[in-house]
Formats: sequence, C-alpha cells, structure tokens
Amino acid sequence: MLNEKNIFGFPLPRIDGPLKTTGTAPYAAEYHDPGMLFGHAFYATIASGRIVSIDTAKAEAYPGVVKVYTHKNRPDTASSDDAWKDEVAVPGHPLRPLENDRILYDGQPIALVIAESFEAARDAADLIQVAYEADEPHTNIEVEKAKSYVPPEARKEAFLPTDPRGDAEGAYEAAPFKIDAEYVQEGEHHNPMELFGTTVIRGEDGYLTVHDKTQGSQNSHDYVCGIFKLKPETVRVVNAYVGGAFGSGLRPKHQLFFAVMASLDLKRSVRVEMSRREMFYLTWRPATVQRMQVAADAEGRLMSVRHHAVQATSLYEDYQENVVNWSGLAYKCDNVKLSYELAKTTLSTPGDMRAPGAATGFLALESAIDELAYKVGMDPLEFRVKNFVTYDQNDDLKLTSKALDACYREGAKRFGWSKRSQEPGSMRDGHDLVGWGTATGVWEATLSPAEAKVRLFPDGKITVMAAASDIGTGTYTILAQIAAQNLGQTADRVSVLIGDSTMPKTAVEGGSWTAASSGSAVQAGCLEVKKTLLSLAQKMENSPLAGAEVEDLAIRDNRLVLDKNDQMGLAIADILGSNGMSSVEGHGKIAPDEEQAKEWVSYTHSAIFVEVKIDAELGVPRVTKIVSAIAAGKIINPKTARSQILGGVVMGLGMAMQEEGMIDHRTGRIMNHNLAEYHIPAHADVQDIEVIFVEEEDDKASPIGVKGLGEIGIVGVGAAVANAIFHATGTRHRHFPITIDKIMEGLPAR
Amino acid sequence: MDITTADRQPKNRVALTINGDRHDLEIHPWVTLLDLLRGPMQLSGTKKGCDHGQCGACTVLIDGERMNSCLKFAVTLDGAEITTIEGLGRPENMHPMQKAFVEHDAYQCGYCTPGQICSAVGLLKEGKAGTREEIREMMSGNLCRCGAYVNIADAIEDVMGQEARCGIREAAE
Ligand code: FES
Ligand code: FES
Repeated sequence: MLNEKNIFGFPLPRIDGPLKTTGTAPYAAEYHDPGMLFGHAFYATIASGRIVSIDTAKAEAYPGVVKVYTHKNRPDTASSDDAWKDEVAVPGHPLRPLENDRILYDGQPIALVIAESFEAARDAADLIQVAYEADEPHTNIEVEKAKSYVPPEARKEAFLPTDPRGDAEGAYEAAPFKIDAEYVQEGEHHNPMELFGTTVIRGEDGYLTVHDKTQGSQNSHDYVCGIFKLKPETVRVVNAYVGGAFGSGLRPKHQLFFAVMASLDLKRSVRVEMSRREMFYLTWRPATVQRMQVAADAEGRLMSVRHHAVQATSLYEDYQENVVNWSGLAYKCDNVKLSYELAKTTLSTPGDMRAPGAATGFLALESAIDELAYKVGMDPLEFRVKNFVTYDQNDDLKLTSKALDACYREGAKRFGWSKRSQEPGSMRDGHDLVGWGTATGVWEATLSPAEAKVRLFPDGKITVMAAASDIGTGTYTILAQIAAQNLGQTADRVSVLIGDSTMPKTAVEGGSWTAASSGSAVQAGCLEVKKTLLSLAQKMENSPLAGAEVEDLAIRDNRLVLDKNDQMGLAIADILGSNGMSSVEGHGKIAPDEEQAKEWVSYTHSAIFVEVKIDAELGVPRVTKIVSAIAAGKIINPKTARSQILGGVVMGLGMAMQEEGMIDHRTGRIMNHNLAEYHIPAHADVQDIEVIFVEEEDDKASPIGVKGLGEIGIVGVGAAVANAIFHATGTRHRHFPITIDKIMEGLPAR
Repeated sequence: MDITTADRQPKNRVALTINGDRHDLEIHPWVTLLDLLRGPMQLSGTKKGCDHGQCGACTVLIDGERMNSCLKFAVTLDGAEITTIEGLGRPENMHPMQKAFVEHDAYQCGYCTPGQICSAVGLLKEGKAGTREEIREMMSGNLCRCGAYVNIADAIEDVMGQEARCGIREAAE
C-alpha cells in the first residue's frame, strides 16, 4: 500500500536502527568461528631507519602463541606495485607490511603475533625485542616546507591547481585593501569509534569470507586477490556495518593484509583488530601550511586571490588533495593564482578525511576573507554576498544549481545576524566575551559509476542489492526509500542487501557520492523492473495495458496500473504467474554524463553561523550556537540528512579547537595516541546546532536530484569558529586548532 | 614474576549473572569483562573503542550502575549482575531508551550507541541529571565520533520526560 512513509522527503527512522540500538548489528571484528586465531600487531618505535635485529623467541614461547611473523618469515606476496595499488591508491609505492627492514614512520607494523586468544597475542607482542638503526626524523611541516615540491605525478587531474587568470600580483599591488597571512593546521586523526578489524572465516574448501572494516568491500576484495594471487571467486568481503570511517576506510589497512595472510598461511580462521593506539599510525589529515594573499577595492569587490598550500606527505607516497582550487571558485574574482606543493615527512601516508582538501582550504580562505572584510570595514556576511559568483570561474562552467544566497538569507535570519555589532569585543554576556562569526563552504557534488539490482516479488516485497556501504550515512534507509517510492510500496517491504563484494559493482563510499550514485542506480533498476513487467503484461490476452508506455505506469496495491486511471491495470502476481515467474529483477546502471560535464558542474554549498562565548579572564571558550544552512539539492530523508550535517559540524568544531596530532619532533614520534590526550568533541562541548536545508531544485546533478551530504557539513566550520573568536577577542588566530592556551594569550587587556 | 609463567596460574572461578542468566565461569585473571563479553560470551553488542576507559563504548550496567567494562577484570565481579545492551531489549521489544535513540536518530554508525544507551539508562537511574546541560556534562564519558550528541541529548531528555510523566501519574493514582 502506498502511504506517505515511503516518499522522498519523509524523515523515516533508519531501517537498521533497531539492530544498532540493541547491539544486534555485527561489525567486522564481531564474527565468530570455533578455533579462530587472534592476531596482534607489533609496531616500530622509531620514526625512520632500519631494523638491525628482531628477536621473537620469547614471544613464540609464550603459551598460546601459534606463530610470529616479521619481515624475515613473511609469506610471499605479489612483487609489483601495481598489485598493491588499491582502487583509491595515490602516486608512489604503497606500504607492504613486513616487506623488509626499513622503517618509514613511527608506529609502522613490523611484526604480527598470532595466538589462540586475543590476550595471548597481545601479551606476547610485548616480549618482542628490536634493535634499530635510527635516521633523523622529519616531521615538522613548518620546517619541512622549505623543501617542498610540486608532485611529479598528480593523484587526479582535477586536483592540479587551475591555471592562473588575470594578473593576481598586479591587482594585489594596486588594490587599497589587502591581507597577506599564513595559516597553519596541525595533523588530525580520523579515529572512528570502531577500531580497524578484520575477521577471516575460512571455509573447509578454503573459501574466505572476510569481514573487513572498509568503505568499499570490492576494493578490499580486489586488493587481497591481487596481493595474494587468489581467484576472485574464492574470496568474499563483507562490510555489513561499519562503525564510522570518515575516509580512513577508503584504502585497505594493514589488519586486512595480516588477517588474510595468516589465514592463508595457517589454514585457520583469523581475526586481527587494531588497538586505539595503532589507529594513530595510519591515514590522517595532513598538516598544512597555507599562505593567502587577497585584496579588495573600496567597495568590497574582491580584486585578487592568491592561495599557496604545502601539505605533508610520507616518504613512500605522494598523497594529494584539492586544497587551493576552491579559492578560485568560491567568489567572483578575475585575478587568481593558485599553487600546491608537498613536503616529505617521516610519517605514514596521509589520507582523505571528511571533505579532504576543502575542509583545509576553506579554513584559510574563509579566515582571510573575514580579515579582508574587516580591512574594508564591511560586515563579513555582506562582503560575501557582494562577491557572489554564479558560475565556476576556474573552468568557465555553468552550475547545475546554487542556492547559496538562500543559505545566507535563511541562515542569517535564524541566527539573528542582523543584531551583530561589527566591532570586535563589543558584544558581552555578563562575564563572557561574545563573538559571532560566519563562513561559507563548498563541496563537489559528483556521481561515480554504480550498479544495483532490484527484485520485486508478487506480494510487493522488494530486495535491493548493491556493493554500496553504509558507514553511518544512512545508505540502507535511503535505498529502501528510493525503491519503495519507485515501486509503489512502503519502505518496510524493502530488504536492502549491501556491504558485500559479491553484489553489483559500486565504488568505495566516499566523496559524498553514494546517495546520488547508488540511489540513481536503484531508481534505474526500478525502471527496468517496470519495463519488464509492462512487456510481460502486454503479452497477456486482452491486456488493459496494451497501449501503455512505461512513463504512464504506477504500481499501487501490488498492481501495475495506469497512473492517471488506476482502474486499468493488472495484479503483479497475475503478470508474473501467467509468465511462470516468481519475481522480476531489474539491473540498474548509472555513470556520470560526460557530455553534460563539458558545460555543467555541480557543487553543494553552505553558510555557517557560529556564536562563541569566551570567559574574559580565563579564556575558556564555549561554542553556544551554530546555524548551518545547506544547499544540497533534493533531500531524501531529512532525519538522516540532518544527522550527516550535525556530524560534519561537530567534527568541524574538533578541527577548529581541539584536534591535533602532537608529535615530538626530536624523535618524530606521536605523543598523544589515545582518546584521553587527542581531544575530540564530547557531549559537553556540543550545544545547540541548527541545520537548515534550503530549497534547491536540480535536475542535472544526479538523476534523482540528490547532491550528497557527507562532507559539506564540515567545510567552513573551522573558519567560522576562528572568525567568531576574533569577533569576541579582537585577536586573529591562524594556527589551528585554536586551543585554550592560544585564546588566553590573545585575550584583550583588562 | 616472569610474565611467561603467568599462564600457569590457575584460572579463577566466578559466577556472573549476565542479562538474567547465571554463568559459572573459569577465567584467567587478566581477562576484562569487555573481552569476556565480546569473546567467549559472544555478546558483541558491547563495543571496544579504546580498551583504556577513555571512550565509553564498552559501558554496561553492573548491579545497575554504569561502568566501563574494559576497566573491570571479570574475576573481580563474582556474584555481580551485569546487564548489557542485549539485555535491555531486543529489536522486536526495545527498551524505551533504545526506541528513543531510533526515533531521534541519536546515532549514525551505531558503534558508540550501545555504550551511550547503557550509560543513559544508568544516568537516569542515578537521578542526578535534571537539565539538558547536566545530561551533556554527565554523558561526556561517552564519545561519539559521528557527532550525534544533539540527538542523543534529545533522546535522553525525551525518555526523562516520559519517566517524569509516569512518575506523576503513579503518584496521583
Ligand atoms: S573501550 Fe572501554 S572506555 Fe573505551
Ligand atoms: S554513532 Fe558513530 S560513533 Fe556514535
């Protein structure tokens, strides 16, 4: 039966909610097999150098230990870099755990203990003794940037800085108001709550079912098949539930390699789970130094933008992200010059973390824009509105939609921006300095190729199948809604089977493209179902649908009917029955429209408004109010959509004020590799956050009008907080995170 | 003592009541309640997020009080009554707090969720939190990297309100 609960725009509670809230949803390290072995990694305690000797005798003698692997006895694997490059690898040589005696970063795994119990593996690992020959560490981006370089191989063409336009230097010199400032951001660590883990269940015939914490089951599948030279049909990777990832699960992690290696070698089921500490020794948001030179004329028109960024990468790979191109498209400006370089460090390869590149780039751009607005003497929101741009000036492309102006209007209204006084330090609440700051965010709205199968049964039940992942994003729920909507059923009739490498091809879950891509594939699959039903119906004698076209059809009460006259139609059970079928399947496929891309481009946009209250004496900051206004096309499920934005905003607060991987640059080692010392926002740090989705029609961004929400929530938040702190205290903070000690130093004299 | 001789220590006997069922167990003294639950008991609804008492993902109720199960050695709990997320309610028969979490979308990935829910149930029983501010303060031991805090506070407030209304009704009857 059709009711409102399956249509787009209905805030349906997550269909996987009851499993998650009762502890019934299984995550990667929660599958059991009698006789399973447990692995625990042992990691390097120097940042750079080589292993002179490694003594595993005591660990091997520890009761319960089955085997200890090091570079000396690691089983053979594929020898070419190509085999080790996963779907989203970056230029360079991917890390091959236990390959040789070289140490490339602090925390690099250099041994694996396999034992009959988790405790035995963990305790035995402590008995391994290593002698190193250490080289000098290089971990400080502010030092290493002196040796920065343009990456010889681009990760993606779209990440290359766009060509300069106009005369950025000349326009800067000529302009009356200018800002030239450097912004430093310390590295961040994703730290999803679930630890990286892999459980390999080995069948009697050697078939491997691999439960992996990943954002792409097929990426993990192809990776292990490549390095261990396995037949694709002998391995299945499952990621049914993923306890957060935020980009850290895009590329395979060493626990996947270890678990599969040990399982193949020992012919047993194996689980390897990381410790929280190990979670700091992998994929991280790179430390970055950015220089912004921006200038405006007396009317507040942006005359020149120059943006130069240097980001940390590892010795063995050139990780890159798009940090600077945003500065050429966020505002109208005819004189632009952008550049991007890397600096080698003795740290692990960084990786994508929520809105990679944009979160970093907008930190600098939106701080500098605020500074410039103040130079000109304009309200920072008015300055942004004044420089609104209606097309992508970088590539001279039309935008499929841009309701950012509505974000500005509605966000400002909800926040009460008009009551703001411009002068820093001019607003107070008792003992607190009050600051109001704003910033803008942009993220790309892309489609990636995706497939899905949709199967409809005579009783109206639907099964949706795709190798898509749900990393907390709500994929299960929105795919059910889309299938229900298209096939005239309620969402509770839909079973969604995702998170499985044997399902129809889907790219890794990342870049905010899953809803648009897999959602469109499901819609295409539903259309195939209807087409098949129609052709079957038309073969029946005296078919009431004889002359109908598929566009004229709807499904109501388990009947295929004419949308305009639902008396005319046939029961689906009858259509299938008369053709001797028990169900009908549609295979949907979608791919980005390359013709359209020559003319059009899609982005999501946001306007963020932040209130901070700062204790005038102690500098204790509290973010007391946030409004995040989002323009992201059609919203399928406002409930899960809002949560995505809330999550992005909260992570943005961490980026602004708390998160900082602290490195002892003398030893090159990470000092705060735990959740007590690496601070992320906790309950008490997060007060009221309001999310507004403004109306935005878009018929080009994706076939279902959806643009994606995973990243846009975080973009701009850091700068909005920094701008609010400036407004409260009169001090510009350009070194992130802006922790309490920095705020205290910048308090106005009393 | 040489650590390698540790395994020769005898296992200890403990009786634990877990979700209403009594278990007589023999376990090594270094096994945490968390690892006991997630491993041999196959109650993996209780999550491991840090193993160091820093995240709250492993929160369970021990004799009705919320506790980080990674910080408790199982052998020290002889005679204790332990309630895990599985014991609070099942998908077809959810505890009011579990229902409220679903209704308010008080999670995303769901990994911190069992700990948040057990902690919230413990919090309400303590009866110390009266305001939203206090809920936030007293729930701060439970980290959520997905940032569902606003919705978690809503869910807890909702259940707190329900309980208060029931309390008033009961008092009136
Ligand atoms: S696992 Fe116990 S507090 Fe984190
Ligand atoms: S829901 Fe993902 S960590 Fe809380």
